Amino acid sequence: MNVTVNGVTHEIEGGPLTPLLDVLREELGITGPKAGCHQGSCGACTVLVDGEPRRACLIPSVYAEGKEITTVEGLGTPEDLSAIQEAFIHHYAAQCGFCTSGMMVAAKAYIDRGGTDDPEAIQEALGGHMCRCTGYAKIIEAVSAAARGDSFDLTTTAVGKYTTMTTGGAE
Amino acid sequence: MATASLSAATDVVVPGSADEAIAAFGDGDDVLVVGGGTIVVPEMTYGRLRPGKALMLARTGLDGIERNGSRTTVGAATPLEELTGLPAPLGPCAANVADVEIRSQATVGGNICAGEGHEAPRGDLQGAFLALGATVRSAGEGGIVEEPLEEFLPKRRHRLLLSVSYDEPAAGAFAGLDRPHTHDYTALAVSGARATDGTLRLAATGAGWWGVRLPSAEAAADDPVAAGEAALSDVDPQDDALASAWYRAKVLPVLVRTVLDELKGAA
Repeated sequence: MNVTVNGVTHEIEGGPLTPLLDVLREELGITGPKAGCHQGSCGACTVLVDGEPRRACLIPSVYAEGKEITTVEGLGTPEDLSAIQEAFIHHYAAQCGFCTSGMMVAAKAYIDRGGTDDPEAIQEALGGHMCRCTGYAKIIEAVSAAARGDSFDLTTTAVGKYTTMTTGGAE
Repeated sequence: MATASLSAATDVVVPGSADEAIAAFGDGDDVLVVGGGTIVVPEMTYGRLRPGKALMLARTGLDGIERNGSRTTVGAATPLEELTGLPAPLGPCAANVADVEIRSQATVGGNICAGEGHEAPRGDLQGAFLALGATVRSAGEGGIVEEPLEEFLPKRRHRLLLSVSYDEPAAGAFAGLDRPHTHDYTALAVSGARATDGTLRLAATGAGWWGVRLPSAEAAADDPVAAGEAALSDVDPQDDALASAWYRAKVLPVLVRTVLDELKGAA
């Protein structure tokens, strides 16, 4: 069985009922999707399946065959962050970070399908994602900013100021 | 993890059509039907389900909503999210299920057939379809059968649901406890519909181990307060992970009253 993740096709050994999350993390070593609850309740494992946000823990591998899977690793690189990743850094939308990859993947899907900066619409779109740090206000601010197309200069707003996550090293 | 060995022990069938699915289902003995997988995949992950055969419905073409005059037919593999824009009670009932990611993956067939879980009742849509007087087509022992949903529910585990059909009502209403966060099940909800011939049906989800009609409340419908109290004689609420029986008994009359008031307003 073949599964395509972030543009790379992998032949996998896991059985057809093995959750996609286990294939990604245990077999392919792609650990952006987090194993929070393994029952679809937390949203931390969310990936894009042909562009649609889905819980990787609920998808039997056989359903992923022939689909394009995108994890948070596929959104951008440290040298070339995607807009939603920049917004999360700028707005301090990650605390412990466990929910962040699922949140960003779901937010990307929301924005890609024309989602606006309306906080209620964002809450609806991200309603399946838990942040145990309760950092929802900052997360919604970040998604709103990305939906508006705000741009950020992370060399002044982020590095060494709001986060230890750097784009080139804190000065 | 455990799921890998489970997978190896399970014969996984991915039929490419409804006919292939019906043939593979056979009499349903030791067959687990997987629609979207939102309910049964965790059950397998945690080792609570160990089927001999898993029948995967995603590529059977059993999805879609068809309208023929006033009759609507919903395929078993239709995602719940596709129902959310439909009139009450079905649309708002579907919108009350979990979140958009779950609704986009979970299927109507899985929801109707799930029924009781180990921790709480399931089958969020059962009440809405009961209120609509829905019929279901299913396959299994004895071939393909079409029958009222009420008769199907007790034997749903042994049948392959193909579609569910109902006539558009003259008016419909839905009231439920606030949608729980993420992937949870309906703690308590009431659906009501007045058919074009004037027949009123009320049904509850979460007041027993599967959806139930509320005939005593229907009989007292002219007085919504009395109907709400009467509904308590139609149900057997239980304590579970979502709510206590005491709480459900307190809230059910309120939900019945709300639905009847809404139906009156729509008259």
